Amino acid sequence: MRISPTKFISLLFLALSVFYLYTAYNIQVFAFDENAPFNARTFPIYLGWAGIILSSLKIILPEKVTTEVNHKHLDYKSIIYLIIISLIYAAVILKIGYFISTSLFLFASYYFLGERRWGLMFILSFPFVAAFMYLLHGLLNIYLRDPFLKYIGVMG
Amino acid sequence: MIEGILIGLSTALSLTNILMVMVGCFAGTIIGMLPGLGPMTAIALMIPITYGFDPSTGLILMAGVYYGAVFGGSTSSILLNAPGIPGTVATAFDGYPMAQQGKAGKALAIAAYSSFAGGTISAIFLLVAAPSLSKVSLAFRSPDYFALMILGLTAISAFSSKGQFLKAMMMVVLGLMLATVGQDSLSDITRFTFNNMNLTDGISFVLIVMATFAMSEALTIIFRGKDPNRAAKQISLTELGSIKVNKEETIKMAKTIPRSSILGFLIGVLPGAGATIASFLAYGMERNYVNEEEKQKFGKGSVHGLSAPETANNAACSGSFVPLLTLGIPGSGTTAVMLGALLGFGIQPGPRLYQTNPEIFWSVIMSMYIGMVVLLILNLPLIPYIARILAVPRNYLIPLILFFSVTGIYLMSFNNFDIFLMIGIAVVATFLRLYDFPMPPLILAFVLGGLMEETLRRSLLISDGSPNFLWDRPITLIILLITITIVGWQIFSTFRKKN
Repeated sequence: MRISPTKFISLLFLALSVFYLYTAYNIQVFAFDENAPFNARTFPIYLGWAGIILSSLKIILPEKVTTEVNHKHLDYKSIIYLIIISLIYAAVILKIGYFISTSLFLFASYYFLGERRWGLMFILSFPFVAAFMYLLHGLLNIYLRDPFLKYIGVMG
Repeated sequence: MIEGILIGLSTALSLTNILMVMVGCFAGTIIGMLPGLGPMTAIALMIPITYGFDPSTGLILMAGVYYGAVFGGSTSSILLNAPGIPGTVATAFDGYPMAQQGKAGKALAIAAYSSFAGGTISAIFLLVAAPSLSKVSLAFRSPDYFALMILGLTAISAFSSKGQFLKAMMMVVLGLMLATVGQDSLSDITRFTFNNMNLTDGISFVLIVMATFAMSEALTIIFRGKDPNRAAKQISLTELGSIKVNKEETIKMAKTIPRSSILGFLIGVLPGAGATIASFLAYGMERNYVNEEEKQKFGKGSVHGLSAPETANNAACSGSFVPLLTLGIPGSGTTAVMLGALLGFGIQPGPRLYQTNPEIFWSVIMSMYIGMVVLLILNLPLIPYIARILAVPRNYLIPLILFFSVTGIYLMSFNNFDIFLMIGIAVVATFLRLYDFPMPPLILAFVLGGLMEETLRRSLLISDGSPNFLWDRPITLIILLITITIVGWQIFSTFRKKN
């Protein structure tokens, strides 16, 4: 039996709703609130049940409009690269600072998306990020934490 | 009211705010023009920049971005047949054939004039309607607000994607679930944080918008990069032809604009409806109004067919501000993003905004009109140059969108947990989009989640836990009956099509 992707997503949503409902019933409320008409559990419990009912309906009812996706037309390689680069970016941003991590992230993203004009890639990464930081930090007075630039004395 | 208008004008006409409208319109046009990126993404990307501004200036910038993005969406519809936003799909029906006939400049001018006229007429309606509705909405109580939010969420689910009501409702529940993460507003009990300190304050609204719109839009563009159906058929972006509109075309526009403006505004006011429905309805209505000879031209470059949706989508944009400003309840995904931004500034929109922050209330309304003027005088002559933005390769565009998204979150929290969370949500949202799970209902639900729980809490406490509050007050009952009608209609249409 082949299950359609929409129904599979609905099945996952059903599992999420069941887990959410279970967690909702286990929310610790104050003793005096336990039998109150409304406490911290009430709304999540309604939502959990709503999720279960809606996802069950989606699974049970026949699909009126089917969404067909041709996986041959999906660029999995580029998106996986981009996600990995983004995750690395998120992991290092605090350690090596905003300026270097962002510039490297942009440069690497251009590269993995197939760009090879090195000059333009450089301009749209390091000087671009520096200009953006100046706009935020220098002109708009929006604090931008960058321990590295602070360490070398560029930022106050 | 005159006093309010003057307050609004004096705020909106300050040098900084005029500059912000101009920057907003310009940035919005550029972002809205890029296929796949709409006003919600454009506004979301602007949120980090508004952190340092006072609320009026921030909102004026966002209003400019909103109108600019709608206009930009029309540009890509006309030039590439690739609508930037669903609200400009109907624009492509006649705009693109006109561009193919070598009249791209003229099509863009008709779109600009129609947008301006539609926006102007509806801004006048808003000027008159908003204060009166603010007074009426003071009579609303918690059960009415709760019912109204249920109506808004049901309506946006019914209208956001045809035939996908259940999917949209699932997204509503997901949005509400995400809104419950963090401390309960009354008891301070933490919920769904799984002992993670980063989740104690809940998930940030900006994070959700950036993840489900900006970042997931960018990932979707890359993901579907090999899809031949999505490759835009490009016309020359350097030779757009004259932007002059002749007398005959002006007369045609003059007939279309008033009726499309009224329709667009009224549709915009309805919760959940908005620019997309308004533009399609206006297109259909216009086709019924014109004579047989004009009817034949629809779909082949008709002035009526281009002017009607363009007028209506801009009128609907103004209309959608009515429930936001008067009730504090956004009627569309875009105004939900604006509500989130308002809350970020510490402002609670609603009937009292008119009294407590009149300068914000009126300056937003006045800046909308100024935005229209700016769009017309700034963007129209620059269109041949702005249009070249469409040629920006995605290899540069996508990383820059990701960069703005991450920066927005980093500026807010300075921790990398939020960035990881955003990437995770964006990846899930990308797959959900692939299978037509709509995102606007999720955003609207996320924004309304806290308020919805609060009004339900009050209603249940007042009625001592009884569900009677749902039918005790006539306003609540009427709103709920409308909601039931919408759900009933969805069920009926499902069975009718099946048979």
